[in-house]
Amino acid sequence: MTDIGRSGAMGRPVEADKPPGLLYNIFVRNITAKIAASPMVAIVLIVFIGCTLWSVWFSFTDSRSLPNGDFVGWAQYERLFSARRWKISATNLLTYGIFSLVFTMVVGFLLAVLMDQKLRFEDGFRTIFLYPFALSGIVTGLVWQWIMNPTLGLQSTIRGLGWTSFTFDWITNTDMVLYALLIAGTWHGTGFVMVLMLAGLRSIDGEIWKAARVDGIPAWRTYLQIVLPMMRGVIVTTLVIVGSGIVRTYDLVVALTNGGPGLSSEVPAKYVINYMFTAGNLGQALAASTIMLVAVFVILIPWIMIEFGPKKAR
Amino acid sequence: MKKFTVVAAMAAAMMGSTAAMAADLEVTHWWTSGGESAAVAEFARLFNETGNTWVDSALAGSGTGANPVIISRILGGDPMGATQMNTGRDAEGLIEAGLIRDLTPIADEEGWKDFYADPGLFDACTYDGKIYCVPVNIHSWHWLWLSTAAYEKAGTAVPKDWNEYVASWPALREAGVVPFGLAAGWALNGIPGVLLADVGGPDLYMKVNQDHDAEAVRSPEFRKVAEAWAALRDVVDPAEVVPQFGDVANQLLAGEAAGNIHGDWIQGEFAVAGATPGVEYDCLPGLGLTNRIEGGGDAFYFPVLPEGTAQDVIDAQTALAKLLVSKEAQVAFNLKKGSMPIRTDIDLSTANDCMKKAITILESPEGLLPSGETLNSSDTQQQLDDLNQEFFADKSFSVDDYIEEYASIIEQAD
Repeated sequence: MTDIGRSGAMGRPVEADKPPGLLYNIFVRNITAKIAASPMVAIVLIVFIGCTLWSVWFSFTDSRSLPNGDFVGWAQYERLFSARRWKISATNLLTYGIFSLVFTMVVGFLLAVLMDQKLRFEDGFRTIFLYPFALSGIVTGLVWQWIMNPTLGLQSTIRGLGWTSFTFDWITNTDMVLYALLIAGTWHGTGFVMVLMLAGLRSIDGEIWKAARVDGIPAWRTYLQIVLPMMRGVIVTTLVIVGSGIVRTYDLVVALTNGGPGLSSEVPAKYVINYMFTAGNLGQALAASTIMLVAVFVILIPWIMIEFGPKKAR
Repeated sequence: MKKFTVVAAMAAAMMGSTAAMAADLEVTHWWTSGGESAAVAEFARLFNETGNTWVDSALAGSGTGANPVIISRILGGDPMGATQMNTGRDAEGLIEAGLIRDLTPIADEEGWKDFYADPGLFDACTYDGKIYCVPVNIHSWHWLWLSTAAYEKAGTAVPKDWNEYVASWPALREAGVVPFGLAAGWALNGIPGVLLADVGGPDLYMKVNQDHDAEAVRSPEFRKVAEAWAALRDVVDPAEVVPQFGDVANQLLAGEAAGNIHGDWIQGEFAVAGATPGVEYDCLPGLGLTNRIEGGGDAFYFPVLPEGTAQDVIDAQTALAKLLVSKEAQVAFNLKKGSMPIRTDIDLSTANDCMKKAITILESPEGLLPSGETLNSSDTQQQLDDLNQEFFADKSFSVDDYIEEYASIIEQAD
């Protein structure tokens, strides 16, 4: 009993006469932890990577409603990039994405700075601002649809109060519908950014503030030129989370506008779902989803390189 | 212990006896609006009278939302007892995979082909010479619904065809009436097909949808169709679009909107509101221009149930398949639904004016035009819908561009 106990709970040998070999390192070192992690590793390999590869493969086939098509090379991609609806969807996402990213980040940061001013009832405010994030995209979309619907919501209410020329019909206006989407999206996402930023602000050492105050630097410059650069890690992580969320935008659009009027608020994720289920064209849908995956990688890879790549000496 | 045995034996006997008599059958469908659910309740009532139990499972989202759910349930190995499903290429995929029950023996036994008004209805259900689904009604989008009250306001006579209707738009606007009531979203998708067949004529319709002849799309006949479509686009103000087709029905009855092209199920809404054709509203099948309209049935499929399903459940499937087309069920269902019955040998003394007009068309020898859904794959249909949605929302989209885009979709259509 005592012998086993002394040899180490994690299966580590008490002493090693010579440095362990490669095979030992891979299979035996930390064996308990490796066994514990193996189901997770298997799930990642089979479910995430396996299914992703499966999807990519079938995007090169002419599969219709069932995944049984023949290999057709890049034909699905050629069709995808000549489809008007895809072009509209991609442009919409780009416009929406840039505005949404800028607005949620800026407003989220400003709110976090406000929260950071030793406010009274900070907990209450934090809950209020974070609350929209607790709602699903569908609920957010539906609520804003009611608010922005010209015949039911804000417009008719204000007209009812006597301002009869008041117009707020963005949701039925082809040119403005993306901005209607943006209002709802910003409302939904800002609280989350605020909480992350607030955590970042709180992690800044109080000594830095004291030093800045001693040097007589105004608070706004301290935030902008000292605190913000120190929060780089939090900001990059937030950008990645918000950015990959934007690429996947779907539920908000479905609930708010369902892509309308016409195709003016279509997004790529909706194209995928429509072509997969309604149109029964798996190949086309998977080609579109593969492009979306590539877009997410374009966001993720620089982040991975910055966060996990070899650290440069500063 | 002894007591337990007795109870167990009784329980077993009871289970055995109920199983021998009847079975529960889950039926999925997407008939959820007022008139529709009243109609499907008639099927449920008659099915329950046979001793079986209709387990109603209504899905939201109409054909575009519910059909995929149904397909993925069948594909996922969790089939329902019977289901409404869109006929077409997707259903064929399921049939190919052996997931749908072959109904040919029942059809032969009951002589379905002898009493169906148009045996062509089975075309969409037939695969490799076998019948896989039951058309329960005949639907058509080809109806122009007109509001009597709106034309009273405008002080003009109710139009007799599409051309008169178009000519009446300025007068309607002047009287403060919305010329064309439109519901948001999918309600738009059926209209271009109606214009194609009725303004363009049945020949053009077949050339485009069946032969996929892109030259026909570039022809002057098709230009007339595209121009009618553009005229409709220009008369509709996006701010006047209402959320649901039921709202359009209310607009028509209130005289706030004058006309609408919509499927016959809107008549279910009129019926729920207690309106009578010829009094509160009027109907023009084929837009008053043609006698040959496109028609397709709502169809029920019976998925193959998993191994080990009790025979009673399979018998219940058979019983339901027979019941759906019986005279009694056809009258009860279609009067509530507003659609045309699949057989003309039933008592239609209680039918309304619109249904009588429909029966006249149904009895004409040329028969129905096959519906676009059965001629085009849902992939092609989706591309056409995308184009039509874009065209309709963007008033700067020119007719020439529309024709060219349409032709390029038809060139690649299957």
